[in-house]
Amino acid sequence: MSALSFDQVSIKLGGRTILAAVSFAVENGEFIGMLGANGAGKTTLMRAALGLVPLSGGAIRILGQPTTRGNGAIGYMPQARGSFVGTRLTGYDIVASAAGGAGWGLPRLDAATRREIDWALDMVGARDLARRSLGEISGGERQRLLLSQALLGRPKLLLLDEPLISLDPGHQKSVVEIVKRLRDELKIAIIFSAHELNPLIHAIDRVLYLGAGKAVLGAVDEVITGAVLSRLYGTEIEVVRIRDRVFVMAGDIDVERDAHRHDHDEDGGHHHDHGHHDHDDAHV
Amino acid sequence: MAVIITTMAITTTTTPMFDYDFMRTAFAAAGIVAVLSGIVGFFLVLRGQTFAGHALSHVGFTGATGAVLFGLPPLAGLVGFTLLAGFGMGLLGEKFSERDVAIGMMLSLALGLGLLFLHFFTSYASQAAALLFGNVLGVDNQALLSLAILAVISLVALGFIARPLIFASLQSELAEARGVPLRFVSTAFLMIVAIAVSECAQIVGVLLVFTLMVGPAAAALSFTRRLYAAVALSAALALLEAWGGLTLAFYSDWPVSFWITALSGLVYFASLVNWGGIGRGAATPA
Ligand SMILES: Nc1ncnc2c1ncn2[C@@H]1O[C@H](COP(=O)(O)OP(=O)(O)OP(=O)(O)O)[C@@H](O)[C@H]1O
Ligand SMILES: [Mg+2]
Repeated sequence: MSALSFDQVSIKLGGRTILAAVSFAVENGEFIGMLGANGAGKTTLMRAALGLVPLSGGAIRILGQPTTRGNGAIGYMPQARGSFVGTRLTGYDIVASAAGGAGWGLPRLDAATRREIDWALDMVGARDLARRSLGEISGGERQRLLLSQALLGRPKLLLLDEPLISLDPGHQKSVVEIVKRLRDELKIAIIFSAHELNPLIHAIDRVLYLGAGKAVLGAVDEVITGAVLSRLYGTEIEVVRIRDRVFVMAGDIDVERDAHRHDHDEDGGHHHDHGHHDHDDAHV
Repeated sequence: MAVIITTMAITTTTTPMFDYDFMRTAFAAAGIVAVLSGIVGFFLVLRGQTFAGHALSHVGFTGATGAVLFGLPPLAGLVGFTLLAGFGMGLLGEKFSERDVAIGMMLSLALGLGLLFLHFFTSYASQAAALLFGNVLGVDNQALLSLAILAVISLVALGFIARPLIFASLQSELAEARGVPLRFVSTAFLMIVAIAVSECAQIVGVLLVFTLMVGPAAAALSFTRRLYAAVALSAALALLEAWGGLTLAFYSDWPVSFWITALSGLVYFASLVNWGGIGRGAATPA
């Protein structure tokens, strides 16, 4: 049974089609990197999986069950990470606010809840960090704290929306390492959205690429190709590999073409309106 | 000025403060309202909705003057109108209650309407002053009972929504994903704020509700980094400022509301100076 499956899912927001009959399935224990340009629908896809966005067609299943809002099997780290007017509050209190935060009544921090919070903090090595106030820690440390918050309730599927945003390469690497360790130790499925493939390329099992209302899920070598990406971007895209790094470029940017040209084939498929490419569920 | 203070001090040494019935009532009323304001105000600050609270108090002014016009008790008008406004703001959504211009316009409109009501009742100038700047010394036993009942209801309601409220205040997207009904929580909260604001207006007046609802909470947030300690400290500071203000007013004969705002301002600005401070003790003004 898949951790997350999209079956012919369509989503319209404000009259615009964000996803058009998208199908794919993420298996248990898989680390998926989700890529796509700004506005491609990464956040929308995650919110749909959480039951927060109405579908105009199709069905989403979590561990074989239809999505419901507040599904405890999903851990989530939103892209908009809260306002934190109280940035002087300790990281612990911020993380703890999510423990039982969906229930009613006064907050109850009993021994079991505190153990659970400590476990989540330990999973990302943030126990000491949590003692400091949120205003006193760096962006990378903050991501770690919020990551631990997503682990509360021991989810089977983790949706992480751009955890690398505004981190330098060193911190990006450490966040990716932590997430990879979570996958290995907890055997949970993880969808990790990002704007760049390279920080993730060694850690992920497969890549989910969004564009032009479509989604393609597959191994990096199968998805990150000129042909597939040209289709998703609706414009000619070239993929360049330098050693083990991959560069995705719009057609008119000329970077050492001759030396590094790779799988750049023309299939002329770069004009599309929404919908209707039969071979679009090219996931493998 | 010094002379007046001295003479007041002399007369009062002969008659202790608590020998007066109105002072005992005032202390009780100020105590109830301060604790409620300190706690509710803390969440108002945490949510960044202080301006919404301010606007609610102005709506309360309209309600109170309207009530007087129709021969009803001002507190009824205050509570009724602010509750309605809180409910409406909640329904219009988070977006509205954080939008400064919309709130500012509502605030002016309410105050203008209140002025119109006053216009029909020119003899109520002193009542207007009491509404605008408070009149804790005029609280009678009947009003005290109403304040106590409303405070208990608000605190029970706040206790009921505390968990999702804290969660949604800190991380609304995550809270929404975990199934917190954001709209319901924020509407319920604004209605609790409406009651707290109405009570606060009885003590310090609609123009000065910030002094008990925002000042202590903001100070508490800079004195401690722990959430629950901050809530408790906010309530304690509000209580201290309210009672301190009453005491100073009794011995100086200056207005109570002035003293409360003075103490609240002092504590708040002291909290800014004591930046990374941890000690609770530092919060009390000398
Ligand atoms: N509530 C909404 N109403 C109308 N349109 C919306 C709404 N939310 C998002 N959109 C649109 O849906 C599209 C997808 O948005 P989404 O936030 O999912 O993109 P994204 O891939 O996460 O982008 P980014 O990389 O910038 O985070 C965008 O064009 C956005 O403008
Ligand atoms: Mg996004």
